[in-house]
Amino acid sequence: MQIFTRRRTAQSALAAGLAALSLTAAACSSGSSTPAASGTGSAGSSSSASQQAGTAGLTVPTANLPVLQKVGKGEGQLNLIAWEGYLDPSWVKPFETQTGCTINAKYAGSSDEMVSLMKNGGGGQYDMVSSSGDADLRILYAGDAHPVNMNLIPAAKDFFPAFQAPSFNTINGVHYGVSLQWGPNVLMYNTKDFTTAPTTWSVLYNSKYKGQITVPDNPIQIADAALYLEKTKPSLGITDPYELTQPQFQAAVSLLAQQKPLVKKYWALASEEISDFQNGNVIVGAGWPYQVSTLKTAKFPIGSTVPAEGATGWADTWMLAAKAPHPNCAYMWMQYISTPQVQAKQAVTYGETPDNAKACPYMDKLQAGSCAEFHANAPASYLASISLWKTPLATCDNGQNNCVPYADWVTAWNTQVK
Amino acid sequence: MTSTAGTRPKEKSQNQVTRNVWLLRLSTALWRHPWARATLLLTPPLAWFLLVYIASLVVLLVTAFWSVNPFTTNIDKIWTLSNFHAIFTTPAYLSDIGQTVGMAAAVTVTDAVIAFPFAYFMARVAAPRTRTALFVAILLPLWASYLAKVYSWLLIFTNHGFLDWVVGGLGLGHPQLIYTNWAVYAVFCYLWLPFMIIPVYGALERVPASLIEASQDLGGRTWRTTRSVLLPLVLPGVVAGSIFTFSLTLGDYITPLLVGGTSANFIGNVIYTNIGIANNVPFAAAMAMVPIVIMGIYLSGARALGAFEAL
Repeated sequence: MQIFTRRRTAQSALAAGLAALSLTAAACSSGSSTPAASGTGSAGSSSSASQQAGTAGLTVPTANLPVLQKVGKGEGQLNLIAWEGYLDPSWVKPFETQTGCTINAKYAGSSDEMVSLMKNGGGGQYDMVSSSGDADLRILYAGDAHPVNMNLIPAAKDFFPAFQAPSFNTINGVHYGVSLQWGPNVLMYNTKDFTTAPTTWSVLYNSKYKGQITVPDNPIQIADAALYLEKTKPSLGITDPYELTQPQFQAAVSLLAQQKPLVKKYWALASEEISDFQNGNVIVGAGWPYQVSTLKTAKFPIGSTVPAEGATGWADTWMLAAKAPHPNCAYMWMQYISTPQVQAKQAVTYGETPDNAKACPYMDKLQAGSCAEFHANAPASYLASISLWKTPLATCDNGQNNCVPYADWVTAWNTQVK
Repeated sequence: MTSTAGTRPKEKSQNQVTRNVWLLRLSTALWRHPWARATLLLTPPLAWFLLVYIASLVVLLVTAFWSVNPFTTNIDKIWTLSNFHAIFTTPAYLSDIGQTVGMAAAVTVTDAVIAFPFAYFMARVAAPRTRTALFVAILLPLWASYLAKVYSWLLIFTNHGFLDWVVGGLGLGHPQLIYTNWAVYAVFCYLWLPFMIIPVYGALERVPASLIEASQDLGGRTWRTTRSVLLPLVLPGVVAGSIFTFSLTLGDYITPLLVGGTSANFIGNVIYTNIGIANNVPFAAAMAMVPIVIMGIYLSGARALGAFEAL
């Protein structure tokens, strides 16, 4: 905290000084000095900080809040911010009858929106959020998440080791939520228009499909372009799509700028993408397995694939809000959603990989072969092919301070791509 | 028991009398001092206006000079002009502002061109019964949900939608208007048309028939009469209507979000993305100052043209 404060003061003094000189200089200093604010790696940082590169010197404001010791009587309500498809009646209804906690859902279309909702609902409107790895650190370092007592969630002990205490939701041994599920962002295509399945992301950059492409309206999409460039333009030297130096970042942004004239619609909500496929407004695009399974259920000719270049993906967490108004119901939800049966149900319905290692047999019971299909039996090797979303920080994993931070991703997405 | 019951009404009536006396004095005082009456009547609405409207605008103005921590998106209360600097030096924001003003102007001109003959017909040609029917036709959509209207346009424009069906049926190809700025333009023109027709109708109705007859007596043909007599008299009404069409287009972000495509970036969308998604409230506040300034300029121009007398 001390480092953080000092930096901020120094930055403001600098900005003020320059403001006296000229407007341009002042604005530049505060406009592009974003790395300073995300707390660059200090000399004293431990080796474990490499996982949370760039956050050394920051502390979680809520780290010392007392955790719940015993789950009491339910409050009757539970207000959740979730991805579309995460609160399916098939597992929400049984929870409501079991616990008497009525779930009120607020769906968010992007990680940024989740961060924003948690901040503005920080007064205690929301209890939990099903945020992804690229949002978690921003939520908890902003002081909007509450420590969680994992002893009260016995089913979480069966999670795969990678999701027991992942760096995106556990800081210095303090958990701020319970890990949920993970999966890839897939390439979706209309099987009527693609008789042979595409095997590469290049179809999304191909002018042959001009006006028939849809991609998410989300700055993290720059990582998709970077992942594609990592494989197709090795000369750029990209090793991690979330840790880009300025030239690598610019290459990814200009690839997306070239893609823009080909794009019919940047979709914000999953339901938008679904109806655009159904109406024939688009025939190919980037999306989530949820859209694929929904369209399949509607008997729409949709195909999906993780192309040869690999894919970006997400690992989600049900995070507890700092001022959750219904903590008992929230703990009941964490207990419930971590059980192998419910994990299996969500994995099969949504099309993602469960965190609970015991979910496999339940998945096959729900849909034969689904355990292998969603890699719930061998997640380690599959995990290596997916670049999970994380917040891009100024400090790269190698400790150098030349990576482009997320704030610049947002600016580039809004001013150079769109 | 009886004694208490007996004294009670007496006490009550005494209280009543005292109260009546006080009320009488109060009303006399208010009658004698009109300023006191005015203060009493105007204080609640004025307080409301100051608190809700002016105060929130001031907060907006102040916020625009702050910035956010880019990592946690907490607000840093340090004075800076960086938000305004970013707006006026980033080509993308400048083109967004230009596109928004251009769209607002195009919608305003289109609505004025459509509204004038329509309002003229209503005011000077139509029989009372037709006029009522036309009024209902104009006002009815205003009572319908905004979203329902925009979504119906989405259905009209979509691939294999109504427009596609009609144009394709005539063998004229497939227009593919969905997710383009043309679609945004068409929906805006439709949405704000009633706001133009009503003031223009009002202005046309007030033009005395004798003036038109006089023009005709002096040899003015239809076009000459329209241009030299009717238009100058109706102009304040058109300008009054344009305040609505212009400002409503300037601030809307839902229509571009729903029917607009990849280049549907308007001022409202930039504000929406910065508040709802990026959580950069200071930048959104700075951006919100832009339409306020534009409308300030526009309103002073409209005042010069006498639009406020026509409202």
